[in-house]
Amino acid sequence: MSQGNTSARSSLRFITCGSVDDGKSTLLGRLLYDAGMLADDQLETLTKESRRQHPDSDVLDFSLLTDGLDAERQQGITIDVAYRYFHSARRNFVVADCPGHEQYTRNMATGASRADLAVVLVDARKGLLTQTRRHTYICALLGIRKIVLAVNKMDLVDYRHEIYQRIETAYRDLADPLGIRSVHALPVAALTGDNVGARSGRMPWYDGPSLLELLESIEVEPAQATDFRMPVQWVNRPNQDFRGYAGTICSGRIKAGDEVMIQPGAHKARVARIVTADGDLPQAHAGQAVTLTLDRQVDASRGDVLTDAARPAAEADQFAAHLLWMGDEPLLPNRGYWLKLGTRTVNARITQIKHKVDVNTQAKLAAHRLALNEVGYCNLDLDHPIAFEPYATNHELGGFILIDRQSNATVACGMLDFALHRASNVHWQHLDVDKLSRARNKGQVPRCIWFTGLSGAGKSTIANLLERRLCALGYHTYLLDGDNLRHGLNRDLGFTPEARVENVRRVAEVANLMVDAGLIVIACVISPFRSEREFARNLFDEGEFLEVFVDTPLEECERRDPKGLYRRARAGEISNFTGIDSPYEAPLQPQVHLRTDRMQLEAAVDELMAHLLPSSSD
Amino acid sequence: MTSSFTHLDQLEAESIHIFREVAASFQRPVMLYSIGKDSSVLLHLLRKAFYPARPPMPLLHVDTTWKFREMIAFRDEVAAAGDVEVLVHINQDGVRQGISPLTHGAAVHTDVMKTVALKQALDKYAFDAAMGGARRDEEKSRAKERVFSFRNAQHRWDPKRQRPELWNVYNTHIHKGESVRVFPMSNWTEMDVWHYIRRENIPVVPLYFARERPVVERDGALIMVDDDRFILREGEKVQMRMVRFRTLGCYPLTGAVESTASTLDAIIDEMAQSRSSERQGRVIDHDPSASMERKKQEGYF
Repeated sequence: MSQGNTSARSSLRFITCGSVDDGKSTLLGRLLYDAGMLADDQLETLTKESRRQHPDSDVLDFSLLTDGLDAERQQGITIDVAYRYFHSARRNFVVADCPGHEQYTRNMATGASRADLAVVLVDARKGLLTQTRRHTYICALLGIRKIVLAVNKMDLVDYRHEIYQRIETAYRDLADPLGIRSVHALPVAALTGDNVGARSGRMPWYDGPSLLELLESIEVEPAQATDFRMPVQWVNRPNQDFRGYAGTICSGRIKAGDEVMIQPGAHKARVARIVTADGDLPQAHAGQAVTLTLDRQVDASRGDVLTDAARPAAEADQFAAHLLWMGDEPLLPNRGYWLKLGTRTVNARITQIKHKVDVNTQAKLAAHRLALNEVGYCNLDLDHPIAFEPYATNHELGGFILIDRQSNATVACGMLDFALHRASNVHWQHLDVDKLSRARNKGQVPRCIWFTGLSGAGKSTIANLLERRLCALGYHTYLLDGDNLRHGLNRDLGFTPEARVENVRRVAEVANLMVDAGLIVIACVISPFRSEREFARNLFDEGEFLEVFVDTPLEECERRDPKGLYRRARAGEISNFTGIDSPYEAPLQPQVHLRTDRMQLEAAVDELMAHLLPSSSD
Repeated sequence: MTSSFTHLDQLEAESIHIFREVAASFQRPVMLYSIGKDSSVLLHLLRKAFYPARPPMPLLHVDTTWKFREMIAFRDEVAAAGDVEVLVHINQDGVRQGISPLTHGAAVHTDVMKTVALKQALDKYAFDAAMGGARRDEEKSRAKERVFSFRNAQHRWDPKRQRPELWNVYNTHIHKGESVRVFPMSNWTEMDVWHYIRRENIPVVPLYFARERPVVERDGALIMVDDDRFILREGEKVQMRMVRFRTLGCYPLTGAVESTASTLDAIIDEMAQSRSSERQGRVIDHDPSASMERKKQEGYF
């Protein structure tokens, strides 16, 4: 291996992608071999494993070097990204070998998100395939603007120039409209090593550099963003005299004395010190992990962004963004997800899918939901404003992930495009009379009592009795009945999962207004999904929301069938019926659990009254 | 980017970022400390990340009771520095059963005294994030692992269902009982580690430097006789050889390499010429080819 004077070399992070069987892993293995990065014992293992997998051949199977998982070697495919590290005299390389199958697109995005460049492989015999188009689109989506097109397996097409030319032209036609600014093309034969490490004599019509030479010399574009931005990661408070804001500078530079703004918000302060364990720095720049102290007390915490006070970042709570959906469950508009951008985590929902993009053809299609590995252009609504930059100019302040609130899975990555300015023009109007004073006038504590359960479980019957009881005692109440609301407020909604999400959101918001008005609100909606009930709960203050699970077995509901709906659902006349062909997610910890098959109606109401008015019994 | 911002600077900043993300996002983080060179670097990065505050997480050493004596002495010095708490955990069940690499073999010993012991310690202290010095260039299944690597309540890794990991935006959300293993040095290579140790003047266990040491040749490896528990097989002879170690672990399972490299510069020079990989000296890795993946699924670091 060559001398490892690592500090003098520049770095390049790249990915390799291409269709299954284009020879990606082989090319990468070959590259490592040619760069002299394989140790003797690794070569020995490789030789042994090559023999085992291909008993009839003496050729080294370089793909075995990068496919690291048992399942991958057994199936002969790449499932997840493998990272490899190698270097030449001039550069350190981090290469992420990305899977080609559509079902592993999320893993490819993982690799692509941190790459400066992509090596796209095309089999000379096959030309551009669907997967080539998808990978190129994903690269463009994640902001990779430089591509090396390696037309592989030239040995199998007799090194013919016109085949290479045809593929190169077709690829440029594909990449250009996607905004990929630079495509370097070259012909290679990974198995035999032509044009991988060294230039090949077999294709005299090509006089350009080998792949390794190209990767060594290609210029990495400097980041476009130049204004100072640093998301606060952690507040460093070892004692009362020191308060530092630790973070990694994501763009621009800063020096002691510079004025910064703490965003979101408009507070300003000057940088007093740039603290590191190696001593204070006079200035710092993008990529450095530092700790800043400020010249005055300000309210800044994790998730805030320190910015150049003269050129602050935009703030908004509504955005247009591209989403690559990576969850096993589909994206449902209006469901709440955690959104993490920089170091900030907020609640977000997708208010609208403007269109989805066919990743294979880039055609725009109408969509009501996004499934695994689909890309959509969406509007997002956050519960707090954030400081941001468009992804095109700043990946750190424009790239985000969505996290499922139930499973904690990472379900999407998103690229912010621009802010929708509705929110900034609609301010909260301050009102002098508040919830407390309204409630006091009525002599009651406002509540939202949320009934959930299957159709026919008895929600409306119990709710009705409860309201009568409360009303008789002089309380101010209102009953929001799901069926009744569907005649008016919600009459534009159907029963698909996405419509149910929106239905529950509206009922919850209305209930919230009524609680604000000081009322005791009883909401009666099937509300089959945990996420939306959680959303509803989060609208209310602590203790205001009471989740009541009206728990009646499906067979019993079907037997009662007061509206004849189960019969029709079983007959296939109604679709998306909860319990039949649409799921019901039972509450895990309801505050009140009513087993209607085991108790009398009056007893159920008594139990509820005890919860609402614990003192009324004495 | 400024030209003086070197490759090592980038790696350091990335690691510091990861440390801070863990401190800010988890209730009970811990740094797994194995006393080797990677742990030395990791500890250095830990101190740097939170300067001037003291590191906001303890160190945990899972002691198999078969570490080199010089390693234990080195660990105790680190603990004596006083700025970080060093927790030591030994699987007492294994001690009672008399588990030993010499009699039970590498696989059983590693499972009981390392993997099971680690899980015991993580459960005992209810750590929700365990940081380690593993690097992706060490081994093939490590090359596939995320920086924030999710573990279920049984500490198992599911390599086929890893969370996507975009940019440096890490998903730190977990349910109670679940945990993550976090690898701040994922993108470092062995060479980077030594260059950084030299640049930052980081102390490491003297076993990395060549010296005359008592060794026996066993199954093609040079095993150092570190204490009187070592049982000589028939025909084995202890001889003094000029050797050093490229990785450190349990002494009966760790092969030495013949070397005269007694300084950092000499080690780095030697490595640049070397034709063998780092883990070659580890007996435990010489099981079937995918053994690391299997061990990791079962909870091994």
